[in-house]
Amino acid sequence: MIQILSQRVIPRHIGLRNRILLTFGAGSLILSGVLAFTTYGFTKSNLVEQRESASINQAYINARRVQNDLIADPTDVDEALDQLGSMERLLLFNNVWGTSSALFGPNQVPPLLQTRVIRDLVASRMIINFRGSSTLLIGIPLPQIHATYFELNSLSEVASTLRSVQLALLFSTIITTVVGISLGAIASRRVARPLATAALAARAIADGRLDTRLEPTNDPDLQVLTTAFNYMVATLQQRVERDARFTSDVSHELRSPLMTLSASVEVMQARRDELSERSQAALDLLVGDVTRFQGLVEDLLEISRFDAGAIRLLKENLILEEFVRQAVSVSSLPNTEIFCSPEIRDVVIRGDRRRLARVIANLIDNARLHSGGKASIFISRADDPLIPSTQLHNVWIIVQDDGEGLVEGELENIFERFSRGGAAGRRSASEGAGLGLALAREHVTAHGGRVWAEHRSDGITGSRFIVELPFETGTSPFTTTTEFTVTTS
Amino acid sequence: MILPVLSMHLVAMVGKDNCVGMRILNVEDDERIRASVKLALEDEGWIVDEASSGEEALVIFKRIPADVVLIDIMLPGIDGFELCRNIRQSSDVPIVMVTARVDTDDVVAGLEAGADDYLTKPFAPKELSARIRALLRRVRPSVPGHSRLIFGNLVIIPDEGKVLLDSQEVNLTKTEFRLLCELAHDPGGVFSRESLLDKVWGYGYFGDGRLVDVHIRRLRIKVETDPANPQHVITVRGLGYRLQP
Repeated sequence: MIQILSQRVIPRHIGLRNRILLTFGAGSLILSGVLAFTTYGFTKSNLVEQRESASINQAYINARRVQNDLIADPTDVDEALDQLGSMERLLLFNNVWGTSSALFGPNQVPPLLQTRVIRDLVASRMIINFRGSSTLLIGIPLPQIHATYFELNSLSEVASTLRSVQLALLFSTIITTVVGISLGAIASRRVARPLATAALAARAIADGRLDTRLEPTNDPDLQVLTTAFNYMVATLQQRVERDARFTSDVSHELRSPLMTLSASVEVMQARRDELSERSQAALDLLVGDVTRFQGLVEDLLEISRFDAGAIRLLKENLILEEFVRQAVSVSSLPNTEIFCSPEIRDVVIRGDRRRLARVIANLIDNARLHSGGKASIFISRADDPLIPSTQLHNVWIIVQDDGEGLVEGELENIFERFSRGGAAGRRSASEGAGLGLALAREHVTAHGGRVWAEHRSDGITGSRFIVELPFETGTSPFTTTTEFTVTTS
Repeated sequence: MILPVLSMHLVAMVGKDNCVGMRILNVEDDERIRASVKLALEDEGWIVDEASSGEEALVIFKRIPADVVLIDIMLPGIDGFELCRNIRQSSDVPIVMVTARVDTDDVVAGLEAGADDYLTKPFAPKELSARIRALLRRVRPSVPGHSRLIFGNLVIIPDEGKVLLDSQEVNLTKTEFRLLCELAHDPGGVFSRESLLDKVWGYGYFGDGRLVDVHIRRLRIKVETDPANPQHVITVRGLGYRLQP
């Protein structure tokens, strides 16, 4: 039963690191954005208020001056307006509009403001759009002389100040966000580092280095992971060691009686001629089954070593063709024909000599049982129409027979343990226990290759078993080392 | 009762004259295995002495030196490795280790302890005989006129079975000596592990290369001034070993 623990539904395509990055980025963006907006708001209202009150004060002073001028000399309206400098202003005096500039006329004063100032005599202000820029229009009634004074005050300075503030805030927002994202990257890397270490450790453990442990840490958050991880590995190691020890003990216990059996049987066989015919027949049965039992025990022990993870491959450099020829020569069909593509004749594979020879021997045994003793072997570069052959670093060792072939379902399950294929029910002394192909698959897989069965492609009934093994690229047998390396899987 | 056994002995003596009268000491704690192996080995022409523990084996070996010792690694009391080291202190007799656990480091440990070869249970006694006969083969006759082979401070005298390092005699086991002589047969020539396995142990292509590696290591400890930095027995990467002429 496999239990998958998951906490929440999180979009699967966003990784943890990216999520941290995203959180930091979005967080700093929102934070700096809000900050920028408030800052801008406060600055704006402050600036505008200041400017307004200054303008209003100035307007009152100006209005008073105009009033004084006009009291002194009620005829010269233009003079009174002009002496106030460059500001645009209007004066309604004796129901006549006077202006300081041709650009500014009474129709630019919104009616609402006119009503409030001229009719209601309330000093008012309004922001209007004058020639494309926002401008403060202040209206002041001068009831003493029955006049109304309007003055335009450009807000463009305020606007440009606000623009630069805007720009500065935008920049700072961008910078803050970038810094936030970088901090997020650093943080995510820091968070991910222990994960990467754990992943490395897990891989090392999967590769068989069971003494791998995560370094203990003071970080209370990481400690949970480290402790749990190390506890898991320790338990795993214990179990693997216990299984391996059990296998080893079973191996010893089973081999001892077999030793007695095989030695005794040999003694009896040496005296076969002294025995009666019936005894000879019984002895032959005994010899046959002692051999078979021995094979079964060997296979079972080997396969349980695989299950216990206690397999240790003795890897050597093997010259492919030479190796296959030698393996065939010690198999049950030593005269099997071997065809080898010339270009891979000297290819070197790294493998456990005896275990790979077992693979070939088992496949030949299988062919012998299903094809009445005829098999042939082809050695070639692995074939994949999608990949140019020079980039393929696998070889195929194909054991082909012309037996009755496999039925559809068998192609899949013939490598299962104790699967008997088409030979079900036909048991002979020479036949294995049905572990031969399962073992072959374990061996090949341990070597980083794969093995499968298929129908013969040339129209003749029969099947072919293909062993795919990686070979060392760019090696010749004379430049590589033959020192042993022991790998555990 | 006695007659058929004797007649079998005669057959065996005629057929396998090279081990007639050779004594083999079988150290094995399992009584049934001991009995069956004794029967089978006697059929092959050996005289079999038996010991059920390492301690007993040492006593028997002192009294009647055997030509070959067969040691089961898992023994009560002192184990097979210890027994092996003990025998090696005083004798260069060929030792064959027997192990029931091929999946452990027993093989290498046994060879390091001084064993010459190993077998895994269950083995056919015929196979054991063949192995021992290979170990007892005589050293290849050296080229006439070369009664002394001199390699710097290392001197081999094949006919006397002696090796001198800085004029001091070195105690090599028979197998170590044969391995050295094999290398000395073609000084400077490179011997692959396969060919050494064949010539010294009589193994084919599927022999265990660790036999060669461990024996080379043992040899270096004895014939090199600095075994970590060998001057005589050189590893040729990817090819094998050679003796520096």
